[in-house]
Amino acid sequence: MADIKREYALNALLALGLLLVPIWALYNGAPFTITLFTRIAILALAGIGLNIALGLGGMVSFGHAVYFGLGGYVAGILAQHAFNGAPILGLPGTNQMLIIWPVAMVLSGLLAAVIGAFSLRTSGIFFIMITLAFAQMVYYFAVSWPAYGGEDGLPIYVRNQFPGLNTMRPFELFIVCWGVLMLALGVFALIRASRFGAALMAIRQNPDRVASLGINPFGVKLAAFVISGMITGLAGALMADLSRFASPAAMAWTMSGELIVIIILGGTGRLFGPVAGAAFLVGFEVFFGGLTEHWKLWLGLVLLAAVLFNRGGIVALIAGRERLG
Amino acid sequence: MTAALLFEQFLNGLQFGLMLFLMSAGLTLVFGVMGLINLAHGSLFMIGAFFCAAAAGLTGNFWLGLAAGMAAAAAAGALIEMTVLRRLYSRDHLDQVLATYALILILSEGTKILFGPFPLYLDVPPLLTGTVNLGLTEYPLYRLALIGFGLLVAVGLWFLIARTRLGVRIRAGENDREMIAALGVNIRALYTVVFALGAGLAGMAGALVGAVQSVQVGMGEPVLILAFVVIVIGGIGSIRGAMVGALMVGIIDTMGRFLLPRIFATFMEVNQASGVGAALASMLIYLLMALVLVIKPKGLFPIHG
Repeated sequence: MADIKREYALNALLALGLLLVPIWALYNGAPFTITLFTRIAILALAGIGLNIALGLGGMVSFGHAVYFGLGGYVAGILAQHAFNGAPILGLPGTNQMLIIWPVAMVLSGLLAAVIGAFSLRTSGIFFIMITLAFAQMVYYFAVSWPAYGGEDGLPIYVRNQFPGLNTMRPFELFIVCWGVLMLALGVFALIRASRFGAALMAIRQNPDRVASLGINPFGVKLAAFVISGMITGLAGALMADLSRFASPAAMAWTMSGELIVIIILGGTGRLFGPVAGAAFLVGFEVFFGGLTEHWKLWLGLVLLAAVLFNRGGIVALIAGRERLG
Repeated sequence: MTAALLFEQFLNGLQFGLMLFLMSAGLTLVFGVMGLINLAHGSLFMIGAFFCAAAAGLTGNFWLGLAAGMAAAAAAGALIEMTVLRRLYSRDHLDQVLATYALILILSEGTKILFGPFPLYLDVPPLLTGTVNLGLTEYPLYRLALIGFGLLVAVGLWFLIARTRLGVRIRAGENDREMIAALGVNIRALYTVVFALGAGLAGMAGALVGAVQSVQVGMGEPVLILAFVVIVIGGIGSIRGAMVGALMVGIIDTMGRFLLPRIFATFMEVNQASGVGAALASMLIYLLMALVLVIKPKGLFPIHG
């Protein structure tokens, strides 16, 4: 029980810390800090998406950057069409986040359904390689398709809007991202506590037994994979708005690796694992990136040590390895 | 479009495919024998290219460079096998992915520290410069030599696996790890040898390709991902599958990039056709992979049943 209390305390600390530091930064004129924390929130959101597939469902997707990148392109492309007034597929573009987000989520979900339908026919190492390969396919398509910037990516000149807020101000954009992150944490907790979540976690442990109970593992996994892609796609749309740039690099395999790193370092399948992981990764980059240009070498060594010696990530370090599900 | 151009592109595809085979062979062996997914295989390719370029620059001799590249990659492979990867054989694939991703970061930054942040250039050896007349077309001698070299290595590898004592052990290791350990084979040493062999092949590919492209940090990962496609198509663990898959990927990718824009140009505006053609061509091998998976989920030549 003590461990569960510690996990709750850690979760509260992370959620509040993520909010309080930017508030402090707002009153002390440190917009860079706010932007940093916005990045943490968005990466954590993308991680929550992957955490559903990987943490709960045991599906090691090495291609989740594809949804992250796609969400970014949705934000960029719709904004560009709103900007120049040209219709897209007969519809007008938009710069409203509340329209962009559902579009990004639906398209990411559809892509995840297609990729999942092929990839989930396999398992283990095949699944890892195939999700990676499909993501690379879309990446190369984005890079070689000239209409929306190709290799150069797509700039977003004015950030997309949220009703009642000025998203060009760092703190107001941060609040939007923090709110979405909290919502997504709620969705994750709900899924984990639901019958669907129980089935998903049981399939991770033993698909044959679950099948013998009359539940179709493929359907449950595919549904989880689609939800997972949708959340990561939403994060991508937010990231494009933060950096005011829809970049093919957001789809690159390194980003997929980074997302895995975030949830493993944080704690696989743990509610606040992605938050802890994203905070660690961004903090590490800022701190060591300021000390040496070779900070990635040190990140590699820390990662290696984490895999070899500490299994369960930051959350497990503080709150024990036992997790729900 | 002439037959000569088409023939030339076919040879380019063949050459590309054979270089992919050198990469894929090691990757597929390591998975087949040790059950390890190694993302750092691309880094070994890079190490081969860098050490080859540096040694060739120092001595002025490409062949010494090639030997240095292979030796460096094999040594690096043996070193990471003994220090890190050995601890991962019994872990799940997720841990292996993460640890070898960490190795990519370490090896890439390490290479940057050792050789500096700028690309190196490697000259084609004087013996193999110029072109050769193949009847239909003039073709660069070096690329032709790469084809010959690739075929030679493939035959050598086949001989090693099918006809030598080491090969018997490797095949036995693929079938039943515990059993060959029980029969008194030093399985740890065998793993290190297999890993060093795969690393050496990757280093060789890097060194050979280094002479036709620039040698830079990050050159290994695109090849690594193509090698994944190759072994998924061929069946993980199968050398024969790696050969077939590599040739399919090499030839289809090269021919697709050459033909698709031209095919689209017959019924589209030229500008648009080159854009659509190029975009589709870059997706072609992944579509091939999806198709193979639909028909044979374990690849064309699955090793276990």
